[in-house]
Amino acid sequence: MRPILSALLRNKTGAVLVVIQIAITLAIVVNALFIVNQRLALIGRPTGMDEANIFSLYSFGFTSNFRAGPTIQQDLRTLRGLPGVIDATPINLVPMSSSGSDLTLTAQRGENVPGVDAGIYDVDEHGLNALGLKLIAGRNFTHQEVDYVDPEKDYTPPVVIVTQGLAKALFPNGGALGKTLYWGGKKPSRIVGIVKRFYGNDYSGHIGWSILLPDVTTAKQIAYVVRAQPGQRDRLMPKVEKMLGQSNRDRTIMQMSAMSKTIAGHYREDRAMAVILIVVIALLIAVTALGIFGLAVFNVNRRRKQIGIRRALGARRVDIIGYFMTESWLMTTIGVVIGSALAVGLNYWLVMHYAVPRLAWYYVPAGIGLLWVLGAVAVLMPALRAASIPPAVATRTV
Amino acid sequence: MFFYNLRLALLSLRRNPALSALMIGAIAVGIGASMTMFTVYYLMSADPIPQKSAHLYRVQLDNWDPDKPYAPPDKAPEQMTYRDAVSLMKQGPAPLSNAMFRSFTVAQPSDKNKSPFPVRVRVTYRNFFPMFDTPFEYGGAWGKSDDAEAHQVVVLSNETNERLFGGENSVGKSVKLYHRYFKVVGVLKPWRPTPRYYDLTATAFAKPDDVYVPLSLTAPLQIQPGGIMSCWKSNGSDFQSLLNSECVWLQFWVQLDTPTQVAAYKSFLDDYVREQKKLGRFQRPLNNHLRNVMQWLDYEHVVASDNSILLGLAFMFLAVCLVNMMGLLLAKFLGRAAQSGVRRALGASRAMIFYQHLVEVAVIGFCGGLAGLALTWLGLRLVSGLYRNYEGLTQLDPTLAGIAIGIALVAALVAGIYPAWRICRTSVAMHLKTQ
Repeated sequence: MRPILSALLRNKTGAVLVVIQIAITLAIVVNALFIVNQRLALIGRPTGMDEANIFSLYSFGFTSNFRAGPTIQQDLRTLRGLPGVIDATPINLVPMSSSGSDLTLTAQRGENVPGVDAGIYDVDEHGLNALGLKLIAGRNFTHQEVDYVDPEKDYTPPVVIVTQGLAKALFPNGGALGKTLYWGGKKPSRIVGIVKRFYGNDYSGHIGWSILLPDVTTAKQIAYVVRAQPGQRDRLMPKVEKMLGQSNRDRTIMQMSAMSKTIAGHYREDRAMAVILIVVIALLIAVTALGIFGLAVFNVNRRRKQIGIRRALGARRVDIIGYFMTESWLMTTIGVVIGSALAVGLNYWLVMHYAVPRLAWYYVPAGIGLLWVLGAVAVLMPALRAASIPPAVATRTV
Repeated sequence: MFFYNLRLALLSLRRNPALSALMIGAIAVGIGASMTMFTVYYLMSADPIPQKSAHLYRVQLDNWDPDKPYAPPDKAPEQMTYRDAVSLMKQGPAPLSNAMFRSFTVAQPSDKNKSPFPVRVRVTYRNFFPMFDTPFEYGGAWGKSDDAEAHQVVVLSNETNERLFGGENSVGKSVKLYHRYFKVVGVLKPWRPTPRYYDLTATAFAKPDDVYVPLSLTAPLQIQPGGIMSCWKSNGSDFQSLLNSECVWLQFWVQLDTPTQVAAYKSFLDDYVREQKKLGRFQRPLNNHLRNVMQWLDYEHVVASDNSILLGLAFMFLAVCLVNMMGLLLAKFLGRAAQSGVRRALGASRAMIFYQHLVEVAVIGFCGGLAGLALTWLGLRLVSGLYRNYEGLTQLDPTLAGIAIGIALVAALVAGIYPAWRICRTSVAMHLKTQ
């Protein structure tokens, strides 16, 4: 150890540069990996829907001959009758798309009662099955409960189904099933069912706070969500687009999209961030490793004679390899110690200025481990080359 | 002398091709990463209308729930109600103001062979066009009487004119929107303000709209808003109660050229809100705002925090690459110390040795900059593939290319000064002895 240290101290600058490099690398890698994992966890959240098998489309009526109610009923008969379709539902807006509608709900009647913002989805009694939502309490809507509502008319559904998240937000003490909630503190609706999870849109207080209403608005624009049998989705999508498009010339079919694609679009920026950071991490590790490697090669070349002398004086190959490995380990270790402080500091800065959460502690030791391995691997080849220097070198130029 | 040093530098680089490649590669990767992020950041934070961004003001009124701010801690809504927007247009003292919103419909070409297609509609006053300096290819904005009497007139984007009329001068022709005939009065030139500052809802880097129609048609045609609408108070669901509601969905801008005008408009807004308070509206404390374009972009966080983080990390990455290069240069120069020793002994001054090494460093920096530029191009391709609507933000212009090479050169010289200085300080005698 001591001779290695004194050798290092004789060439301070080179060592200091490696240490700085390792320290900054650790700070970046730890924070970048942390952000990547956060984003991947976000992207991977289940939405509660049968993501793989459902697709959605909009029907938009544009002529004065267009009659929304009969068209929707005809469309639903067509869709539900198609072989390969499990179920289909009309819906006001496609969940996880960039559109959303939300309103404030309260647990008590009254003007000044604190409320919860929830994403609103109008479906019929096929809604739960078509979306693939899991009912955990209560019941589904019945056919009789579903109203076809004129968009001009004021409408409050007598019954609603809420997500578990929304139920907890409204009634923190539980027992939401059967209770009454109020729209803006005024008009009441009774909760008849609770679904485990249904992610709608980000505009409301929380993406998982959604509420289902048993109604179909007979507006010019309506969306459908269709659930296909496994493996049938991609075959059905163009077929449905063509069938509905030809069945009625007073409207146009738009924005046909697989749910998996809609969800990917929802998380596009998060995925982009994760991919860019992964590229940065990979490049950074490569640059640092090559830097350590390059320096080690140089050091070996410069010390050829010294190595030869050590070998001639009886040092084994293992000793030479050990020497270079220890030297590299020493530099890496000093680097990661400084780097740990830098990593925490960088995270503190990110927490202060951006919506980045505090670093989970285990990222730092994981990063340290990574850099130790990196340092050892980078220096292995030059060390082996050093060990192969024959003792005879010592005799040559003296 | 420079060319002699240049030749020495090239010779030295060629003697150690792997190491030279490593150094050039390190600086290229650093430049590539940092310039990619810098380009996106620079274009995101660019001024979309530099000639008048200081004089265009976004207007905010706080008509929100007396019990709960629009957004914490006490932000006013970004958008405005229909009734307030129309009132401000009528009563406001500004020479140029504009209220507008986004809608959506299907365009039916008069040519029966062409199929109908969805279009994004901007429902606006005629002031939109002079206010935001929109360039016209054919025709122009509709007239004041069209606004006043709610005529069915339309201005088309260049793309829509291409699609409907094959790009010819379509002024005077008609197109069916909201299943009524609209007369074309103007066609815009290709126009893409980046970011789309006048309406940042949805995404800030979206394309401008396809067609523009008078806002006075909203009530007669029952034009449904197609953008983002926020409501806090329940209201009747027929169209007229929507227009009278406290729901916000319009964007409101004024052009104010002097501080006096700004002050006058501000006090007009305050008076307007006080007047409305008497009617029982606007129960929150006075919270009116005028923000010019750049202040508005900042307020709306158009530069996503992700991009700021990436920019910061990318420049730290560049720092790692520089330290890396510095270490390699130091090793390389010291390994060659004996050579410099001989040159010194033969009469070269320290300054000359320093200069010689600096030229070598500059060559590395320049090559690294060029390679870095190629990597930046690749990086921008990756970024535009990952994000939607970023096409306008991922183009390398000559300024940015110049900046890239400049940063590479400066960075290389900064990294090279210390190693070059070290090598010119080494003692001559010691190196001569070991030869």
